[in-house]
Amino acid sequence: MSAPAAAPETMFRTEGLTKVYDSGLTKVHALAGVDLELYGGELSVLLGPSGSGKSTLLNILGGLDHASAGHVWFRDLELTGLGDRGLTRYRRDHVGFVFQFYNLVASLTARENVQLVTDVARDPMSPDEALEQVGLGSRMDHFPAEMSGGEQQRVAIARAIAKRPEVLLCDEPTGALDSKTGVQVLEALRDINERLGTTTAVITHNAEIRRMAHRVIWFRDGHIERIETNAERIAPADIHW
Amino acid sequence: MNALDKKLLRDFRRLWAQALAIALVLACGVAILMTTFGMYGALEDTRAAYYERNRFADVFAAANRAPDSILSEIRAIPGVRQAEARVVKHVILNVPGRLETVTGQMISLPETGAPLLNRPVLRSGRLPDPAATGEVAVNAPFAEANGLRPGDSFTANMGGRKRVLTLTGTLLSPEFIYTIGPGAMMPDAETFGILFVPARVADAAFDMQGAFNDVTLKLDPRAPEAQVIDRLDILLDPYGGTGAHGRDSQTSHSFVDAEIEQLRSTAIILPPIFFGITAFLVGMVIGRIIALERAEIGLLKAIGYSDVEICVHYLMLAGLVAVVGTLLGWAVGTWLSGALARLYAQFFDFPYLIYRVAYDAYAISGLLALASAALGAARSALHAARLAPATAMSPPAPPRFSRGLLDRALSRLRLSQPVMMILRSLMRWPVRSGLTTLGLSLAVAVLVASSFFSDALDTILDKAFYQSNRQDAMLLFSPGLRDDALQDVTNLPGVLMAEGQQFQPATLRHGHLEKDTALEARPPGADLSRIVDAAGHVIDAPPGAILLSERLAAHLEARPGDVVAIEFPDGRDEIHHLPVAGLVTQYVGLGAYVDSTTLDRLKRQSPRITAANLLIDDAALPQLHAVLKDTPELSGLVMLTRMRRSFEDTIRRNVTTMTTVYISIAMLITVGVAYNGARIQLSERARELASLRILGFTRGEVSFVLIGETMLLALLAQPLGWALGGVIASALARGSASDLYSVPLVLEPAGFARASLVVLAASLGAALLVRRRLDRLDLVAVMKTRE
Ligand SMILES: Nc1ncnc2c1ncn2[C@@H]1O[C@H](COP(=O)(O)OP(=O)(O)OP(=O)(O)O)[C@@H](O)[C@H]1O
Ligand SMILES: [Mg+2]
Repeated sequence: MSAPAAAPETMFRTEGLTKVYDSGLTKVHALAGVDLELYGGELSVLLGPSGSGKSTLLNILGGLDHASAGHVWFRDLELTGLGDRGLTRYRRDHVGFVFQFYNLVASLTARENVQLVTDVARDPMSPDEALEQVGLGSRMDHFPAEMSGGEQQRVAIARAIAKRPEVLLCDEPTGALDSKTGVQVLEALRDINERLGTTTAVITHNAEIRRMAHRVIWFRDGHIERIETNAERIAPADIHW
Repeated sequence: MNALDKKLLRDFRRLWAQALAIALVLACGVAILMTTFGMYGALEDTRAAYYERNRFADVFAAANRAPDSILSEIRAIPGVRQAEARVVKHVILNVPGRLETVTGQMISLPETGAPLLNRPVLRSGRLPDPAATGEVAVNAPFAEANGLRPGDSFTANMGGRKRVLTLTGTLLSPEFIYTIGPGAMMPDAETFGILFVPARVADAAFDMQGAFNDVTLKLDPRAPEAQVIDRLDILLDPYGGTGAHGRDSQTSHSFVDAEIEQLRSTAIILPPIFFGITAFLVGMVIGRIIALERAEIGLLKAIGYSDVEICVHYLMLAGLVAVVGTLLGWAVGTWLSGALARLYAQFFDFPYLIYRVAYDAYAISGLLALASAALGAARSALHAARLAPATAMSPPAPPRFSRGLLDRALSRLRLSQPVMMILRSLMRWPVRSGLTTLGLSLAVAVLVASSFFSDALDTILDKAFYQSNRQDAMLLFSPGLRDDALQDVTNLPGVLMAEGQQFQPATLRHGHLEKDTALEARPPGADLSRIVDAAGHVIDAPPGAILLSERLAAHLEARPGDVVAIEFPDGRDEIHHLPVAGLVTQYVGLGAYVDSTTLDRLKRQSPRITAANLLIDDAALPQLHAVLKDTPELSGLVMLTRMRRSFEDTIRRNVTTMTTVYISIAMLITVGVAYNGARIQLSERARELASLRILGFTRGEVSFVLIGETMLLALLAQPLGWALGGVIASALARGSASDLYSVPLVLEPAGFARASLVVLAASLGAALLVRRRLDRLDLVAVMKTRE
């Protein structure tokens, strides 16, 4: 286990990234000038108090939201210059998402939830392969209501990786899970990061999880407070909470 | 199949009850549109084809006795392509096995055999041999109704001479698609027939050698009809011409026209109601689904589905509802069209089947169904497409219940919590509550409008048959008799009472407006056939003045006190002026009434009658008919007792069918609206209602909130529905009016009450269906789901 090779490719670069929510009376600076680089193949963990702007950043990186000011580049592509159509294209081609509440489509089975992605992706793996990757080969025809939270979250991960995305963005993927199922999910994430080299960013409130990351990014009040690089990473199985 | 389509089908299956409720409403609209529009097209096309192939004439004229020599002058009128003269007379028949006196209209066939214009279609046998003296062909329905076959014979009293005629064939004619005897209100093939005899037979019987009394013209395609009519009138004037007219005044043509017009107005008025309700219901349901699926929409966007794909996904859901509704509607509409075609076959005599598959009717109804569902879903689907992916995944802000003035006033009332919940919800979703109320009120309106039709028919019947025309029978004499003939009529067997009446065709003018109609004259105090004014009082036309039916007055824009000009088609070129003494409410025909002395004076004739109204002793009917069959002066006979009975039978049958159909339609609308409303309410408030149960409220108390809201909306819908029903009824009444008849706007309290009862009961039923779901609500599951 080591840091990524020297002179890694820069996947994301932000410059003075600002997001202001204007709700009439008050202005909330969810992001107040963030300068950050995320590297290819890197697994980073974003930590910080509630309301510090983590989700906002991830949403902008993933092309779900527009910045108020500043710039974001994905490789050479400036996301802040794209319209809705461009962002949709970008999401479809490059990004995988995992959310705290799984967001599975209730009326579709595990396989079909993954198929949602493979239907529109350019070079997807088969839904079955993606589900095998997260250890759900045997539950493919189950509906979300017939699966545990951990299993549902792994379906969500399978769905996110099925298109072989260059980046995987996870917003509190273990937030709704207990320690044991949470570890299964983290293992799936690390496995994918290592085997496929997918650039992965994970938001969490669980400081323990930072120990499996290459880099840890600390947030506070819309700023990056500090960035740590782990000299040593531990396996998810050794994380407890 | 891709995953999004699978989701679509599963969502649709999950929503089947709601989707079906909507689809049924839509199906009504599709079926009605398809049927009325399809029949409208079919009737018009069939008639056009029939007219074209059988060379139905463009202009018709009658005279007393015109010499054949002027025929060449008629043919020389610019624009006239063909003119054919003939002899048309009324005859009295004695059909074996039939007690009643049968009347017929005899038409002469040209020497050459088959006529060139108004060519009949042979149904069986052949046309009479031009040289034969005892042969006749009759219209097929008459032959059928009387069991006559080629080779059978019957007796005809032609101008005083009795002849035995042998049937050579049966036929249909474009002139008699709708065959109605003089003075009758309904076709009666048993007692009225059309007889085609060779010219030499007619000429001999009515002393018409070298002369004719009827002529029909075919014009060049763009010939000016009005000018031809004027020229023709001038030519026939010296020979007792009674005024030429175009197709619009031809009896059969105008009845078919009235029916076509009725279909057209139904096609325009009714289906939009169903399409509108469908659009609103689809909007309501899709809107709710999208609210529930915010997170899934956000996810789809995060994955990279485009706005268009998401919009289309939800539009397709609406599309499925439209497809089901359209298919159901087509099925019902196909059946309904067939039923209507059979009904038309009873009244209209077409040589070929009217009903054919009108592909455009299927296409148009299907497209409109799709469009209305799409329109309903569009707002929600666009909203879904516009949801920003990031916000879509955060739960929607809880609805803001504001404490407005109204709310504060409500709190004062110290209502129970469930009642407050009902009222707050109405204020929270005013648009949905409003549209639900509107939907339910349309169901009420449809019922009010349907009961209007039966009440209106009752009124017409009562007015025509019990208040105005109370006689048992009416004898018609053409050209008329001296009024002392009435004494002979009174002496007929079984006649208890006889009153004379006179009908004279006339043209009425007021300013630049004119109308051809018949002046009706009676002696003052007539008791069998009476004039009844709007207030129900029996009135007489004052001497030297005229009473106009309201619709005729409207045509002429004449008001009481105005003076109208009257001209009789008797070749005298005299114009008489009479002041309008008053207006009479009359639903059938365009009546104009004068006192008989006044009419005799205008026509400078000794007192005459053209009709006798009789009160008959039923026991003596056989003897009466036996005598009538030998009365050559008789040109027509209307047995009002028989007509009343058959009219009432027909109406009762049709009204029962119509009422059943409309009640079903209203129930479909109600269930569609109330069921969907309650389901959406349940979905929006499942958590709230479950909380109440957890707090210890009973099932009954909780369902009170649900059912209470539905029923409150249903109650609010009533007054609106009554008003809308009135509007629809008056639109239908206006749409049904023609020269032949008008439908009065009659709205009875009972109709309103029945409409309300049906809709309230159906609403309650729908709410109870949803209540069953509430009873099965899994409290734990509801509280656990994230919304
Ligand atoms: N749609 C919105 N409208 C207004 N303010 C918003 C909106 N979304 C987020 N915010 C505000 O922006 C700030 C940053 O929110 P963000 O969701 O990025 O925080 P976070 O770090 O992800 O917090 P948590 O750990 O609780 O998820 C917060 O103060 C939040 O209230
Ligand atoms: Mg967050």
